[in-house]
Amino acid sequence: MTGALWELFFQGVWITVQLMVYSAALAAAVAFGIGMARTSRFWIVRFLSGTYMEIFRGTSALVLMFWLFFALPLLGWQLAGVWAGTLALGLSYGAYGSEVVRGALQAVAPAQREAAIALSFSPWQRMRKVILPQAVPEMLPPFNNLLIELLKCTALASLLSIGELTFQAKLARLSTGQSAQVYGIILVLYFVIAFAVTRIMRLLERRAKASVGRAPEPSAGRLFRKPSAAGREALTTGGGRP
Amino acid sequence: MNTWSWGYVGDILPDLLKGLWITVQATLYGSLVSFALGLVWALALRSPSRRLTWPVSIVVEFIRNTPLLVQLFFLFFVLPGWGLTFPPLATGVIGLGLHYSTFTAEVYRAGIDGVPAGQWEAATALSLPRRRTWSAVILPQAFRRVVPVLGNYVIAMFKDTPMLAAITVGDMLFQANSISAATFDYMEPITVVGVLFIVISYPTSLLLRALERRLVR
Amino acid sequence: MSADPNLPEETANPAVDGTELIRFDHVTKRFGAHTVLDSLDFTVSSGKHVTLIGPSGSGKTTILRLLMTLLTPDEGTIKVGGDYLTHEEKGGRLVPAGEKHTREVRKNIGMVFQQFNLFPNMKVLRNITEAPVHVLGLGKEAAEERARGLLDLVGLTDHVDKYPTQLSGGQQQRVAIARALAMRPQVLLLDEVTSALDPELVAGVLDVLRDIAHTTDITMLCVTHEMNFARDISDDVLMFDAGRVIESGTPEKIFTEPEHERTREFLSAVL
Repeated sequence: MTGALWELFFQGVWITVQLMVYSAALAAAVAFGIGMARTSRFWIVRFLSGTYMEIFRGTSALVLMFWLFFALPLLGWQLAGVWAGTLALGLSYGAYGSEVVRGALQAVAPAQREAAIALSFSPWQRMRKVILPQAVPEMLPPFNNLLIELLKCTALASLLSIGELTFQAKLARLSTGQSAQVYGIILVLYFVIAFAVTRIMRLLERRAKASVGRAPEPSAGRLFRKPSAAGREALTTGGGRP
Repeated sequence: MNTWSWGYVGDILPDLLKGLWITVQATLYGSLVSFALGLVWALALRSPSRRLTWPVSIVVEFIRNTPLLVQLFFLFFVLPGWGLTFPPLATGVIGLGLHYSTFTAEVYRAGIDGVPAGQWEAATALSLPRRRTWSAVILPQAFRRVVPVLGNYVIAMFKDTPMLAAITVGDMLFQANSISAATFDYMEPITVVGVLFIVISYPTSLLLRALERRLVR
Repeated sequence: MSADPNLPEETANPAVDGTELIRFDHVTKRFGAHTVLDSLDFTVSSGKHVTLIGPSGSGKTTILRLLMTLLTPDEGTIKVGGDYLTHEEKGGRLVPAGEKHTREVRKNIGMVFQQFNLFPNMKVLRNITEAPVHVLGLGKEAAEERARGLLDLVGLTDHVDKYPTQLSGGQQQRVAIARALAMRPQVLLLDEVTSALDPELVAGVLDVLRDIAHTTDITMLCVTHEMNFARDISDDVLMFDAGRVIESGTPEKIFTEPEHERTREFLSAVL
C-alpha cells in the first residue's frame, strides 16, 4: 500500500462521514416531524404520516437511491449523485427514526401530560417542555443503532459513483489488484468510524440522562451497542419488540 | 419529459419477475444461513470459556458494524483468489447469511434471557435434567419471543437483496438496470421494482404483526 | 386574609363569603357501559374546603379529573366561577368548549396528584416556576421569589437545586403542592395525595395542607382516605355512592351521626 492509496482512502473516509452527517441531519428532521405527526389528535395527520412511514420503510434504500438518481431526472429534476444519496438515506432512515420518536413520545407517562394540563400549558408547551425532554434520552440508544445502520448504508452511494470510501476502494482494487488488502483495510476503517460514532452517542446519552436527573445505566462492559434495542427493530418493517 | 407507458411496463414485467424469483431465493437461503449461523454464535457466546467468547464477540461485532455491500465485494473478489469459486448467487447468500447471523445471534440471546429466572429455578427445584430444562421449559418460551423478531429480519434482508446486483446476481434491481441500459428509459423499470418491494414487504409485515400478537401474550 | 405572607393573596377572590364557585349540573360520565357519575348535581361555595368520601369506584376522583378538564362529561355542564368549564356560549347556544376557552377557565384550578407527577427533567425550582413564567407570563425573578416563598412554606428550602428523583415521596408531594399553589388558583384539587406515600411520610404532607387550609381562603376539593385529616380541615363532607351524593353535611354531622345506612357502613369500615 503506497501513500497515494492511503490518501485515497482518507478522502473516502471524509466523504463517507459527510454523507453520514448530512443524511443523519435530514433523517432527524424527518423522524421528529413524522414521529410527532403520528401522535397527532387528527386522524388525517396520523394517516398521512403513517403512510409516509410505511412506504419509505417498505422499500429498499438502494432502489430508492437509484430511483432518485436515474428516474427522477426524467421528470425534470436532475440531482447530483451526492444529493440523491443523501436524500434517499435521509428519507428512509427518517421513516425508521419516526418509529423511535413515536415510541419514545408514547412511553412518557400519561400522568406527565396530565400534570402539564393541570398547570395550563398549551399543547405545544406540553410537547416542548415536558414530553420531549423526557423522551429524547430514551431515543438516543436506538438512534445510535440507526446511525450505524445509516453509516453502513452510505456504502451504497458508491454505486452512484460518489467518491466515498467504498468507491475509493474500488479504484484502489482496479489499480493494485490487491482485493483482500484493499477491502480488508476499508472494513477496518468502517469499523473504526462506527466505534467512534458509538462513543459519541454514549456521551450524549449520559449527558441527556443527567439532564433529567437520572444516572446512566451501566453499560455492562459492552464493547459496542446492543443490536436488539428498538432502533434495529425499527429498521424492519414489522417493528416488533422482542 | 417522457410519459409513463403501461405497454412498456407489460414488456419488462416478465424479466423483472424473473429477477423477483432470484430475490426471493436469495432471501430464503440467506435467512436459513443466518438462522443456523446465528444460533452457533449465540451458543458460543453463552460458553463459560472466555477463550471462546472473546474472539467470537469480536468477529460478530466486526461483521455487524461494517457494510454488507463491502462484505459482499470482499467475498466476491477475494474468495476466488483463495481458490474458493462460487456462483454469484451463492456468494450473495453467504454474504447475506453471514451479515444477518450477527443480528439473529442477538435475537436468540434476548429470547433466552427473556425467560424469567424463576423458570430456571423452578426447573432446578423439580430436578429436571439440563436437556429437559432447555427443551421443555426454556426454548418453547424463548421461541414465542424470537419468531416475530426473526421474521422482521427476513423482511430487512429482503430489502437488502438489491445489493447483490453489485456482484452481478440477476435480482430485480439487476434486471431493471440491464433493461434501462438498453432502452435508456429508467422510469418504469426502477419504479416497478420499488413498488414490488412495498407490495411484498408491507403485507408480510402486517402478517408478522398478527403473528406476533398471537405468539406474544 | 392570609396570615402567612408567602401564601397566595389573590386567592382572596371577590367572593370568599360563600358565593357559589363550582356547580355541577346533571353531570353524567360513563366509561364504556359503566356509569361512574349519574346525573350528578352539587355546588361548592368559594373559600370552602370540601372533602369527598365514599367507597372506591364511587366516582370521587372522576369529579376532580372532570374539573381539571382531564376528562369531559358525557352529559351535563360544569361551571367554575360563573363560567362554563367544558362548554362555551356561542350565539346563545351552548357548544363544547374550544381549547382556548378551556385553557382560560382552567387557569383558575390547580391539582395535586396521587403520584406527584413532578417533571423529572426539571429541577425543583423550575418545576414550580415553569408554569407561572410561561403560562401566566410572570417575570422569571418574580416567579422564583414566589417559588422560594412556597418552598419555605412546605419546608423544602434546601432542596431547590435537586431533581425530583433525588427527593423522597413526601418531599416530592410537598413540591407538587408548591407547584400547584404557584399558579395562585382559586380552586385546589387534592387527589388522594397521601395514598402513594410511605406511612411515615404522610404526616409531613398533611401538616402542610392543614396549614394551607387553615390560613388561606383557597377553595379546596379533596379526595382522601385520611378521615382524621378530612374531619380537621373540612367545612363540608360529601358522601358518594354509585355516582351520586347520598349525604352531605359538616364533618361533625357526617362522622358522628350519619343518617344514611351506606355512610355508616362505609365509615365503620374505614375508621
